[in-house]
Amino acid sequence: MVAMPEQRLAYLNARLLDPASGRDEVGHVLIEDGLIAAVGPDIFPNRVPDRTEVIDLDGLCLAPGLVDMHARIGEPGAEHKESFESAAAAARAGGVTTLCTLPNTEPVIDNVALVEYVHRRANEGSDVHIRPFAAATQGLNGKQLTEFGLLQAAGAVAFTDGDRAIADATVMRRALSYSTAFDVLIVQHVEEPSLARNGAMNEGELATRLGLKGIPTAAETIMLERDIRLVEITGARYHAAHLTTAKALDAMRRAKAEGLPVSCGTAPHYFALNENEVNGYRTFAKVSPPLRSEDDRRAVVEAIRDGTIDVISSGHAPEDPEAKRQPFEQAAFGAAGLETMLALGLQLHMSEDVPLLSVLACMTCNPARLLGLDCGILQAGHPADLVIFDPGAPWVVDSKKFRSKSKNSPFDERPMQGHAVRTVVEGRTVFVRRVER
Amino acid sequence: MQELSRSDIQCILDLSEQFIELNRQDNKKLRDLQGRTQINLFFENSTRTRTSFELAGKRLGADTINMSVEASSTKKGETLIDTAMTLNAMHPDVLVVRHPDSGAVALLSQKVDCAVVNGGDGQHEHPTQALLDALTIRRRLNRLEGLTVAIAGDVMHSRVARSNIYLLNTMGARVRVIAPPTLLPSGIERLGVEAFTDMRRGLRDVDVVMMLRLQRERMQGSFLPSVREYYHFYGLDHEKLSHAKPDALIMHPGPMNRGVEIDTEVADDIHRSVIREQVEMGVAVRMAVLRLLVAGGGNGNGGDA
Repeated sequence: MVAMPEQRLAYLNARLLDPASGRDEVGHVLIEDGLIAAVGPDIFPNRVPDRTEVIDLDGLCLAPGLVDMHARIGEPGAEHKESFESAAAAARAGGVTTLCTLPNTEPVIDNVALVEYVHRRANEGSDVHIRPFAAATQGLNGKQLTEFGLLQAAGAVAFTDGDRAIADATVMRRALSYSTAFDVLIVQHVEEPSLARNGAMNEGELATRLGLKGIPTAAETIMLERDIRLVEITGARYHAAHLTTAKALDAMRRAKAEGLPVSCGTAPHYFALNENEVNGYRTFAKVSPPLRSEDDRRAVVEAIRDGTIDVISSGHAPEDPEAKRQPFEQAAFGAAGLETMLALGLQLHMSEDVPLLSVLACMTCNPARLLGLDCGILQAGHPADLVIFDPGAPWVVDSKKFRSKSKNSPFDERPMQGHAVRTVVEGRTVFVRRVER
Repeated sequence: MQELSRSDIQCILDLSEQFIELNRQDNKKLRDLQGRTQINLFFENSTRTRTSFELAGKRLGADTINMSVEASSTKKGETLIDTAMTLNAMHPDVLVVRHPDSGAVALLSQKVDCAVVNGGDGQHEHPTQALLDALTIRRRLNRLEGLTVAIAGDVMHSRVARSNIYLLNTMGARVRVIAPPTLLPSGIERLGVEAFTDMRRGLRDVDVVMMLRLQRERMQGSFLPSVREYYHFYGLDHEKLSHAKPDALIMHPGPMNRGVEIDTEVADDIHRSVIREQVEMGVAVRMAVLRLLVAGGGNGNGGDA
């Protein structure tokens, strides 16, 4: 006789969206002790079992909680921009249940003690899962590798130099090669730094008009093509953090066709915005890599549709007003993204007709699979990390109301459609929002 | 400059004409801006432009103050916006601002209540230079429309080039740019110019040649291999000039690098070089801009054009 679960909870009459299995149907979810116990339309043939808390969702969408594979947090070192606590609050409000943090903090997360610190500090009383990425090279210096094996054991889920590319080809080759011993993922900021130096925006007519130094699309293509050849000789698992250009996406498509273990991500601003956002020196649209041309933006949309892009991450990069209210070239790169990610993904579905499950796969099961996490799936036996959203709820982005400490959103004041109404982590509701239906 | 219409430009140039006459008299003082305060806020070294604005303000009767700020100190401590707020509290009537960053003047203008004149921002724009160039050409050739103007040199890093391209296009001139490929910014044709890397071809039958200053530090950025080679292929000498129209005007915004982008004899050619006239026109144009923006109590924010 199996012991009775201590917690039993049922969400009824939801539109179940599970990108991993392709499920999109109305049904129910039963949760027992933080795990999904059953999912489907027929799991309660007679009635809901006794002593079960029941919530009728009346047709709202229910999907795995979002897995954000690329968020920069200010802690340690810049807690005034974002602390673990504020980031977790922003994540909850955005339907994100697993948040991967970048190592480019002060100090850099490049040793066991710091990974353990982040792991402990971040998950202390936090109700979203925070999974640190560790630096691939010590101090992000691009020279000496970090201890991949020990760091992985301490809780690091991937290795990256954050917003810096691992530029030296030999170092990259060794990082990739060494990573295969532990089967860890190397995440690259795909930008050849010598071509991007002093660049503030996409190269082209607009940069010339604004008198700003441009970053050519070739900076991305060259770095990606080089890395692909290094993957070819090492067999390592490689992930391009954010691809933004048609040409790089073509290179990624070819590498995948060759069967190489490569994957790539993008962020909502790369499929929702183009370089024209920068006009008028709008520093909130200054991101790295830069916003590209409309043709590139459309290529990003197509690459999500055809599966070339595996991951949509928030690209969350909080900055305070002092860092942004500067002449454009002096201003910091980065956009706050945690609280707008889901709605922008839904916009991709509604405006660009990308299948909803394809969009959600990029935010749930795909990043979970790449990182070896057991979340992102709506199936029995997996953690009950869920987001319940109303796909039609209209709202207007108001950065002043962000839970994030930083308000640097390029989407401020934009109308959106679709909002998380409930975020669930291991069966516990950690966030509820009332919306007009 | 990009935002100014044809009639705006005409209006400024027409008013400038009046000031040219005034500036040639013994008594050059007007009272149009009496009691008004003009602050010349320069985050970048400039003797000519600052002096020109200062004279323009003084001749209109304004009280002018010069402030030179090391851009590096603003980076460390006080931000540009703090500087703007501080100055704003002193109730100036007009700020003339030069800054090494593109867009900095526009940013500053959003934070102050007074009129702001762009005295050059980064590699973006230098509107009064374009206006004084236009005035110089118009007085010599009686028109702008239909002329072919070649802008030659470091187009990539030049705010003067950009402002001139916008103004000349607005006024119906045809604009060419001539530069080595490393100094031609991407997408420049989309600004409405024809680009040449061969100076002789670029100069063929032009009415006006505007030379740009080449900054020596460009040599370090591997934009160019040497001054010698640059002068050989892109320096304006009599031979290259012979491809232009026989009476073509020679212009330069100053300060000139003789023997780098321009041959000394060409620069001093009293029949064709209007470089000194440009300086004279500079004061007149700046008087016109200041008068239009400041006089009559207007503190409109249109001055950052």
